[in-house]
Amino acid sequence: MSTDIGKFKAGSPMASTLRMDRMPHIWCPGCGIGSEVNSFAEAVKRSGIDPRKLVVVSGIGCTGRVAGYVNFDSIHTTHGRAIPVATGVKLANPELTVVVFSGEGDLAGIGGNHLIHAARRNMDLIVICNNNFTYGMTGGQVTPTTPGSAVASTTPYGNYEYPFSLPFLMDACGATYIARWTSMHSRNVTQSIEEALLRKGFSFIEIISPCPTLYLRRNRLGDGVDQLQNYQDNSILKHGADTRETNIDFQGKIVVGKFVEKNKPTYLEAVDKCCVKLVGDDYQLYGKTIPEREAEEKAEKEKIAVRRAAMQAEADAEPPKAGTKAAAKKAAVPKAAKKASAKKAAAQSKKTSAKPVKKVAAKAPARKTAPKATAKTRVAAKSAPKKTRK
Amino acid sequence: MKTVAADPKGVDSGPHFMDGDHALAEGALAAGCRFFAGYPITPSTETAERFAERAPEVGALFIQMEDELASIAANIGAAWAGQKVMTVTCGPGFSLMVENLGLACMTETPMVIANVQRGGPSTGLPTLTAQQDMMQARYGPHGDNMIIALCPDSPQECFDLTIEAFNLSEYYRVPVIILTDETVGHMHEKVVIPPADQIKVVPRNNYSGTKEDCRPYKFDSQGGHPMVRAGDGYNFHITGLTHNEKGYPAMTAEQNKIVVTHLMEKINGNADQIIRLDEDQIDGADVVVVSFGITSRIAVKAIQDARKEGIKVGSLRMITIWPFCEKRIREISAKVKAIVVPEINYGQMVLEVERNAGGRCKVISVNHCGGAVHDPEVILDAIRKAML
Repeated sequence: MSTDIGKFKAGSPMASTLRMDRMPHIWCPGCGIGSEVNSFAEAVKRSGIDPRKLVVVSGIGCTGRVAGYVNFDSIHTTHGRAIPVATGVKLANPELTVVVFSGEGDLAGIGGNHLIHAARRNMDLIVICNNNFTYGMTGGQVTPTTPGSAVASTTPYGNYEYPFSLPFLMDACGATYIARWTSMHSRNVTQSIEEALLRKGFSFIEIISPCPTLYLRRNRLGDGVDQLQNYQDNSILKHGADTRETNIDFQGKIVVGKFVEKNKPTYLEAVDKCCVKLVGDDYQLYGKTIPEREAEEKAEKEKIAVRRAAMQAEADAEPPKAGTKAAAKKAAVPKAAKKASAKKAAAQSKKTSAKPVKKVAAKAPARKTAPKATAKTRVAAKSAPKKTRK
Repeated sequence: MKTVAADPKGVDSGPHFMDGDHALAEGALAAGCRFFAGYPITPSTETAERFAERAPEVGALFIQMEDELASIAANIGAAWAGQKVMTVTCGPGFSLMVENLGLACMTETPMVIANVQRGGPSTGLPTLTAQQDMMQARYGPHGDNMIIALCPDSPQECFDLTIEAFNLSEYYRVPVIILTDETVGHMHEKVVIPPADQIKVVPRNNYSGTKEDCRPYKFDSQGGHPMVRAGDGYNFHITGLTHNEKGYPAMTAEQNKIVVTHLMEKINGNADQIIRLDEDQIDGADVVVVSFGITSRIAVKAIQDARKEGIKVGSLRMITIWPFCEKRIREISAKVKAIVVPEINYGQMVLEVERNAGGRCKVISVNHCGGAVHDPEVILDAIRKAML
């Protein structure tokens, strides 16, 4: 079978937002990062922001490779340092929209100090955190978010550390926008990123995501699709949830939604306020006064509004037919999450009813047996990587 | 190197009485640096303080980051967003910066880092002088890489060499390290800041061609290549991975050779243009004192006394410490009886001198560990011994 790769790449609906000359990407089948990047690219398009003024910064790891595939100015930094590099980019040119796209090991492990301080400063950044409970690139080690009892290559007998709940951490640090979804919630992810792109201040979006190659395999949790089913069964939609109640137990319930959205001056606004008091109205940063910068920002906002209006007009003119993007997406969810349950799950998560909780309870016995299963299959689990490496 | 006059906004022209740390900040502002991410650490903190104080009136931005890892990382980001950037630290902080010093070398990011050295290892002697980080500056980051390092011996030179550091950094797209020390950093002296039109600075060279031809890198072992600025619409990609000229990962042995050769040779191959030395009476000398930084000012006294005793002593002060003045040491070693190398460490730069002298003359190390400058008498004794 031969495929004209060039034609295939050029014909991709994401050809303008992804570096098609770098495809195929490195992510495994069933990994959540691909769909997150797709949501991100879609959000950028929908937001109406000028893509030339968008900078994507990543750290190290599987998610760290995102910067290398998106067709914007992009910086692939050292392990954990994506946020400070992004801070430098934003502060050196406040016109830019700066997105950090990285994993939880990178952002909350080695880069944890930068994460909490960027949130504390209300640095004008959008941090998208792919949380797959594992260090994928290095072979599946335990991370700061790995749920208790989960098996990782460095916790072969089960994790005994207390994990971070990242929304709670970010809330405590003063983040002004906090949302959590799973990689099953593609449309919600897109919407959250779109909102974050259009607001000011520190935005943190956590996406719980499957790593079939390591986390799922080691814990005998099936493949990516099985895990999407788990997300569907166990996600509880709760906008404005108390972030103290967002802990994730092993295969337990996952509270999702937009938890925090508030306004307070960003770091740069605070700098401006201080300096204008000191220097007077002719205070300039990089040769531009505050009114000059505000006028530029206003003009850019108007351009964004025009672009959004044009997109809306286009959408209104052509109601979605079968086979369009929207329809294709709808089709994709049932495929991933075993057809009929998709609608049911959406309804369930909207209601945030007792149903999902019941399901958690129903799953509990299975969890109790999990350690036994892992003990039995430890030998098999050990030998499995060798097989895949052949 | 194409230069332009400095932006008068950052130039506080006139005579000043200031210490080396403050002169570093003034040098940075004069050179056009408008972004400074730093973290306090004795004995370098005064540079950050001065920059923070001056930033609002100059239209620059100072941010105190959460640590040195973040400081240098923010500088890398700011450099690619179009600013000239600087940070300052000393040994313990420099150890943390080494991580992203490697990234800055790999991504060919222009920046200036001042290391106001104090005694080590570890927390060592926070308030006392040393020259113990000479090799760390050169060999700190893992992997093969090459930087430029300059060694001022006075507050005036802290100002002058900071401007030179920015110029070299912009032209060669390489981190330039100013290796000063606690004594120079905290020494108050007269510093004359010239009028802006007499200060020559290398402006940031941003790529402005077509998108198709845009390459963040050119591996030809030369400097002078433009940066690509974020927000200019070129959709550049940079990475710490071994990469091709487009900036895309290209992880092969062949490409690593191409990249590393370029990183090394753009500095080593242009060493003659980069290196600045301050020489005195080397022709006909029997002994040459090779020194740098604060130690060279102590050596002056010893050299004067030795000359009074009738010894023919020359002086070679290394203003540029890396790349090392290999050629000049080879030439001198063929003509003199001995080279004397005083330094405030266990013997670091003397290794370079010995290597290049290649046994052609005696090399005498006059070293002691951190905490104090030399007694000139000790250097004088070494000069006398060299004549035996």
